[in-house]
Amino acid sequence: MFKIILARLQQGHKTFKYPDGLPPELPDRLRCRPLLDTSKCPDGCRACVEACPTGAITMTGKKATVDLGKCLFCTDCAAACPQKAITYSSNYRLAVRRRQDLVVNDQQTLKLAAALDGRLKKLFGRSLKLRQVSAGGCNACEADCNVLTTLAWDLGRFGIQFVASPRHADGLLITGPVTENMHLALKKTYDALPDPRIVIAVGSCAVAGGPYIDHPQAHNGADTVVPVDLYIPGCPPHPLTILDGLLRFIGRLEKGDPYRPPTAVK
Amino acid sequence: MTSNMIQFATLTSGRAARLNTIPILTMDDFQQGICSAVAFEHRVSALFGVPTSQTDLTQLYVVLADDAQNQLYVGRTEVKGDSFPSLTPRCPQVHLFEREIAEQFGLKPIGHPWFKPVRYHRSFTGRDAWDRPANETILPAVSDFYRVEGDEIHEVAVGPVHAGVIEPGHFRFQCHGEQVFHLEIALGFQHRGVEQALTGGPNHRSLHYAESLAGDTTIAHTTGYCQMIEAFAHCQKSARAQMLRGIALELERLANHIGDLGAIGNDVGFLPTSSYCGRIRGDVLNMSAVLCGSRFGRGMVCPGGVGFNIDDARAAELLRRLDLAERDTTVAINLLWDTPSVMARLENTGPLPRQIAIELGIVGPAARASGLARDIRQDQPSGIFRFVHVPVSTCETGDVFARAFVRWLEIQQSFDFVREQLHTIPAGAPQSLVGSLAPESLAVTLNEGWRGEVCHVAITDGQGRFARYKVVDPSFHNWSGLAYVLRNQEISDFPLCNKSFNLSYCGYDL
Repeated sequence: MFKIILARLQQGHKTFKYPDGLPPELPDRLRCRPLLDTSKCPDGCRACVEACPTGAITMTGKKATVDLGKCLFCTDCAAACPQKAITYSSNYRLAVRRRQDLVVNDQQTLKLAAALDGRLKKLFGRSLKLRQVSAGGCNACEADCNVLTTLAWDLGRFGIQFVASPRHADGLLITGPVTENMHLALKKTYDALPDPRIVIAVGSCAVAGGPYIDHPQAHNGADTVVPVDLYIPGCPPHPLTILDGLLRFIGRLEKGDPYRPPTAVK
Repeated sequence: MTSNMIQFATLTSGRAARLNTIPILTMDDFQQGICSAVAFEHRVSALFGVPTSQTDLTQLYVVLADDAQNQLYVGRTEVKGDSFPSLTPRCPQVHLFEREIAEQFGLKPIGHPWFKPVRYHRSFTGRDAWDRPANETILPAVSDFYRVEGDEIHEVAVGPVHAGVIEPGHFRFQCHGEQVFHLEIALGFQHRGVEQALTGGPNHRSLHYAESLAGDTTIAHTTGYCQMIEAFAHCQKSARAQMLRGIALELERLANHIGDLGAIGNDVGFLPTSSYCGRIRGDVLNMSAVLCGSRFGRGMVCPGGVGFNIDDARAAELLRRLDLAERDTTVAINLLWDTPSVMARLENTGPLPRQIAIELGIVGPAARASGLARDIRQDQPSGIFRFVHVPVSTCETGDVFARAFVRWLEIQQSFDFVREQLHTIPAGAPQSLVGSLAPESLAVTLNEGWRGEVCHVAITDGQGRFARYKVVDPSFHNWSGLAYVLRNQEISDFPLCNKSFNLSYCGYDL
């Protein structure tokens, strides 16, 4: 008993103050939204388009769009670019409400997720119980959802909780591209949720199929099976990206949120 | 090596051999060779089918690991038609490999004692080993299960969707009251067709398949994949790149072992360790992110070396974080061993006897907990591990305590390893140029991931593209071990036994 108390004192208090205080430190090599400066593009160059493993970049003339839903944030495009026209920003805020909002050109700011409206916000704004379903996820997205429940992030303080049964849940949080072999189980889990219900797709796979896009053994994301209300891209998304998306969704960041740039290693 | 095995080609991890040096044996010699090797305590690292230009001719390849000699034996045989004699009755550790061959190539292993699909998908060849009509939908885990009959026997079915934030799988328990007589595990829900997709590569997706074969084992699998490319391209990496890969691999081991010990704490209702380790695991993942921007090591390992270099400032920052994490980990985990109520739940729960571990071909910490000193970093070392020795940690009792304690020993070794490496970073370029891949060749790469042996085997065609890419995640060997340890246990101990193995679903399902 004495050792347990000593350990408690030694470990200290680690829960982040965010969103009331600053978010946790982010690594300087963190790769979030890729930004294309098409003014640097040589005529007819399609190096980035061809290098992208998932076809996330489209280029018409000198106009490029990036589908952040398909993006694996892997930097293969930046490595292929002869003009260093592609950089990866470290802005972790990536969650949107509509799939098409993830397709952006270099001028556009991302239309970040709006809060649930009216009745749903009243229902879920202070208590959102989620059933997580991994439908072909590689356990990275799952792990970073799990990490939100640890004492450092303490997801429970926002009223968000992962529950053991769809019958107890207000929504699904789906990871993975939805494999053919999970299609039925995912559908049944969704059907078991009481109305009204919401669905959150976390990670490149659940948003658009990830590296498995167009595989015959998998579908191209959660919204091929069930309607999705919140898209959180990333491979996997940083826990802060997931938390940011969830908090926007339940209307906890409507008064703004503190931002801290990544910490340079000195 | 015995006389039966002289016919096999010898190879080491990370080196390519011309395909024509791999002998084609008769089925009898092939199978007898495997049996002799296993009798000599060699392991079956891989056994898999390879299509040929003739539709009714399939080749079977075997990779046997001789851990004492740091050597691999590779042989092949040919199957004409749609069946071959099963070796499983004589050599239990090939049971799942034969089921996989049946499922992927539509070949029936005649005499297999428990002949079921592995991942529930159509074969690569159009043949079907179970003669299912082509228009019949194949549903995962829909097949026979072993049943115990009797008035007081009941069956408990769990999954595919589980109660926690965890991947899907189906578990069938045959119970008498609280006591489990038998557990059968049916997987395949995560099947995404990775092996098929790797065929014809390498291409711009191949590395990303390797990164997400098992997302918690990104470094071990990408290292295996990149070593494969480098073997075929005869690429030399710098010492610096090898060391950075080693650091990334040990950080991956640290994060997962620490997280799992916390989860074991949670499963016995001991929340202090559970809470602290959950947080410290995140701190270690953040160290990976300091290295390469990704908490799961995405982008760190690439063909020819590593994607991210390190300078003195970054090494110093990692060392600072390493010290803090080690201090907190030591306090948090020692609470487990100091608390009698925790120890009472860990000791004698889910024992895996040494002999069973040998027969099933168990790898990684689960094998070491049953007294087997198997560790690829020692037995078949590659990269930095050829120069730096990481002591192998073993226990004897094979129970949940042993699997937990081996992890704790390995955590300490990994902390020491990473610290030592960060103090002595060799010079060299982080990445070397990779040339074209040798045609008509075979290579095997073995790495000790945190769950155990991560085995990749690839065969190139005449153009140097992958004609076959085989992945064996350690979970492929070890799920049978978990099923075994549940025998005669309380069903309420399942989560604890499960967490002590913490196997991968997606790594198995591919």
